[in-house]
Amino acid sequence: MPAPDEAVLARRGEIVAAMRAIVAGEGVIDKADELRPYESDALTAYRQPPMVVVLPETTEQVAAILRWCHANRVKVVPRGAGTSLSGGALPLADGVLLGMARFNRILEVDYADRLVVVQPGVTNLAITRAVEDEGFYYAPDPSSQIACTIGGNVAENSGGVHCLKYGLTTNNVLGVEFVTIEGEVLRIGGRGLEPAGLDLLGVIVGSEGLLGVVTEVTVRILPRPETARALLIGFPEVEGAGRCVADVIAAGIIPAGMEMMDKPAVHAAEAFVQVGYPLDVEALLIVELDGPAAECNHLLEEVEKIARANGAISIRISADDDERVAFWAGRKAAFPAAGRLAPDYLCMDGTIPRRRLPDVLTRMCALSGQYGLGVINVFHAGDGNLHPLILYDANKPGELEQAEAFGADILRLCVEVGGVLTGEHGVGVEKRDLMPVMFSPVDLAQQQRVKCAFDPELLLNPGKMFPELHRCAELGRMHVHRGALPFPDLPRF
Amino acid sequence: MADPIRPDSADALAAIVAEAARDGARLRLRGGGSKDAIGAPTPDARIVDMRGFSGVVDYDPPELVLTVQAGTPLAEVQALVADKGQMLAFDPFDHGAILDGAVGGATIGGIVAAGVAGPTRVSRGAARDHLLGFVGVSGRGERFVAGAKVVKNVTGYDLPKLITGSWGRLAAITELTLKVLPAPRLRLTLGVTGLDPAAAISAMARAMGSAAEVSAAAHLQDWNGAPLTAIRLDGFPSSVEARAALLTRLVDGIAPLADEEAARLWPAITTAAPLPAGVPLWRIIAPAAQMPNVIPAINGAWLLDWAGGLLWLASADDPQAIRAAAMQAGGHAMLVRADAETRAIVPALHPQPNMLAALEERVRRAFDPAGVFETGRF
Ligand SMILES: Cc1cc2nc3c(=O)[nH]c(=O)nc-3n(C[C@H](O)[C@H](O)[C@H](O)COP(=O)(O)OP(=O)(O)OC[C@H]3O[C@@H](n4cnc5c(N)ncnc54)[C@H](O)[C@@H]3O)c2cc1C
Ligand SMILES: Cc1cc2nc3c(=O)[nH]c(=O)nc-3n(C[C@H](O)[C@H](O)[C@H](O)COP(=O)(O)OP(=O)(O)OC[C@H]3O[C@@H](n4cnc5c(N)ncnc54)[C@H](O)[C@@H]3O)c2cc1C
Repeated sequence: MPAPDEAVLARRGEIVAAMRAIVAGEGVIDKADELRPYESDALTAYRQPPMVVVLPETTEQVAAILRWCHANRVKVVPRGAGTSLSGGALPLADGVLLGMARFNRILEVDYADRLVVVQPGVTNLAITRAVEDEGFYYAPDPSSQIACTIGGNVAENSGGVHCLKYGLTTNNVLGVEFVTIEGEVLRIGGRGLEPAGLDLLGVIVGSEGLLGVVTEVTVRILPRPETARALLIGFPEVEGAGRCVADVIAAGIIPAGMEMMDKPAVHAAEAFVQVGYPLDVEALLIVELDGPAAECNHLLEEVEKIARANGAISIRISADDDERVAFWAGRKAAFPAAGRLAPDYLCMDGTIPRRRLPDVLTRMCALSGQYGLGVINVFHAGDGNLHPLILYDANKPGELEQAEAFGADILRLCVEVGGVLTGEHGVGVEKRDLMPVMFSPVDLAQQQRVKCAFDPELLLNPGKMFPELHRCAELGRMHVHRGALPFPDLPRF
Repeated sequence: MADPIRPDSADALAAIVAEAARDGARLRLRGGGSKDAIGAPTPDARIVDMRGFSGVVDYDPPELVLTVQAGTPLAEVQALVADKGQMLAFDPFDHGAILDGAVGGATIGGIVAAGVAGPTRVSRGAARDHLLGFVGVSGRGERFVAGAKVVKNVTGYDLPKLITGSWGRLAAITELTLKVLPAPRLRLTLGVTGLDPAAAISAMARAMGSAAEVSAAAHLQDWNGAPLTAIRLDGFPSSVEARAALLTRLVDGIAPLADEEAARLWPAITTAAPLPAGVPLWRIIAPAAQMPNVIPAINGAWLLDWAGGLLWLASADDPQAIRAAAMQAGGHAMLVRADAETRAIVPALHPQPNMLAALEERVRRAFDPAGVFETGRF
């Protein structure tokens, strides 16, 4: 992280007092033991207590905090529930941690236009809970949905097992209220399907808290599909499972979810939850289909045929919803199951073109031998998003560094085969230094100039996403004819 | 005015843009030019013809990913994916006809830069939802890459969203990667006649909120002499049949249209073809439930797409009044077609509130500090 600014650290008392003047009572936390719970997010390998935590309740307070911090050149790190797996919400020693947990109200449900307006601290699952009695749900479903906030989802552009068919957060958000570092309150997008002008909403979603603070979110909700059924399919080799996935899609079928687990993941999950996963397979696929019963029945048959043609050795079809949920239980327990295999694990998140899967798994296996660390693989097979869980023991000297080096090698491999560093967890601090593997200096500078358009002093969440902090003036330099824009006073904007 | 320039490599284009930036010149990017008639005339901008960037770079149907050069004709791209049983899910369509341009000229880069979305916008999203990555040349004359070539990616800022619908004002797109989807086996349109706008919108909302999985829903003021509300179901035959049965229980009097009629209807809706030519054409986007308040506020012929969330309006009313009505409903209005005189004074894009306009301006300068692409068209 950037070295803390001693001058700012020296002004701690003044900064805390300024925050107290904006947010009263327990909304400002500055005692060391009370700061501890905020020192990391779900990427616990990185820890840093913030200078102070502020928990505002209103947009006006957020605007006042940001305005003050901007005027006084104090850095700000926004935080939702702190479930980021990339260190996105990691605090700064010389920064204010802006916790959005008190923004926890659902403001409006509109069934006619099928949208919900919420405050950003509302959890992902709470949105579905609020509308499920009327037969609706909010589609993006990260596994952390009980805990993570919609504000965090917007910042990370989070996905879930259903995003191949229903999209990521970005495809399901209509608008936000957004506060800039200068304290301006903007409405971007709204309740209609498209905003006027540039698609700023598109770039705010997934911006990892670097562009501004989201204080309200309008999301689309969808009617629940009539039925959902799942198949549990075992394969004697990974290649067959990979071909099966490709053939399902080639047959014109976009399943609601299509997940793969490798043998070590199957064994770990089964040992943990005992749901009857077949243990004699090299790869296990869960394919979920949803829609009218007639459609599900038809597609179940199709997928079964495709699976057999690709050498499946075991196929189970869920008879009822309990069984479908049981199929998923093992997959959803993959993280805690990994937690039983080793004291610590790192969850990676690269995406690859699916056709490269067998190759990537083979090379990952070789790397595992080379580093002497185990790895289990769960995989959003439909969209090529890998989640290798690297097992290690932080108490053994050097093992965290080894695990991180192994993880970095996996991500380099993903990029090498035509994929990306992160499919849904974000860059954060974790993958920041790998950005040059995927982007040239020119590509990165272009992204940083967008950052500069929103936050020219680089006060919002610095140290995340970009490997180097270039001053905006440096990036903007360009020879302009006689120092003037061609249309200084065009009237039409 | 100088002849159009037609570069065929990103390096050549980068050199042209860098030179323009140095000289304070302006460039107007053109694909097929099918949208030339949108926005203010720009007599002193040099045209860059992007059709030199043509051809398929990579297409792997089971990966659902297609990479093409930006100047490739839309028709060619559509034929390519249709051949593999796939589609561009955002329903792109050549609008040359309504804009008095030549039909068949639209390029895939122009489509993306215009951020088009057809009737299935309500169910499958817009161009923004399907653009995964691109290669572009910024107003600095630098070639850069954004996004990626896989269907799921959150690495860095989502610049593909920003470039979609940017109308050539941020960067020239030279290559783009799109997510493609399987084309439905069957399309079935059901229709009910005689509803007023409010009743039509509420019927469409009921359908959209049901398990019928509606792909598209539109309402025409006048189709064969009567109002028609049309709802389309796409998918596997057994599924479409089951959902059609559900729909007939939900909406009184709705019944399947003949295939020939449906095949005429949706292209007509997409291009706003039933509306009179020779009158300014507006595209108003607002929450559907508010549209019944917009329609009586304006004189003119209209049709509703996107389950009521998009109003195509042919009206000679005062542009200010039209924009005010759209805003009143929480929406905005784009001027799609008008004579050159009107376009010179009425901005095509709906003006933004000041703070937002200032932010947009800063974002444009982040790509194009010298204003090379600020032709004054928008
Ligand atoms: C067990 C587990 C399973 C997970 N499964 C998934 C999964 O399936 N799919 C997936 O995509 N992710 C998953 N995640 C990752 C994580 O849950 C998501 O990234 C989530 O969106 C983070 O939300 P949060 O509220 O916890 O945000 P935080 O962790 O608090 O913050 C994340 C980022 O968002 C910014 N931020 C938060 N709130 C705001 C705001 N109001 N305005 C501006 N910026 C803000 C922060 O600065 C930070 O950069 C998982 C995490 C865990 C621990
Ligand atoms: C308001 C409106 C709504 C529309 N709605 C729909 C719809 O619902 N469905 C549909 O199918 N079609 C729709 N269209 C039509 C669609 O815009 C055109 O079919 C498409 O833009 C034609 O491409 P072109 O190559 O002719 O573009 P052009 O007319 O040449 O250019 C369009 C715009 O894109 C820019 N541009 C062109 N090429 C590039 C490039 N390579 N890089 C950067 N910028 C570039 C231009 O500067 C210009 O601003 C709509 C058009 C408008 C104006």
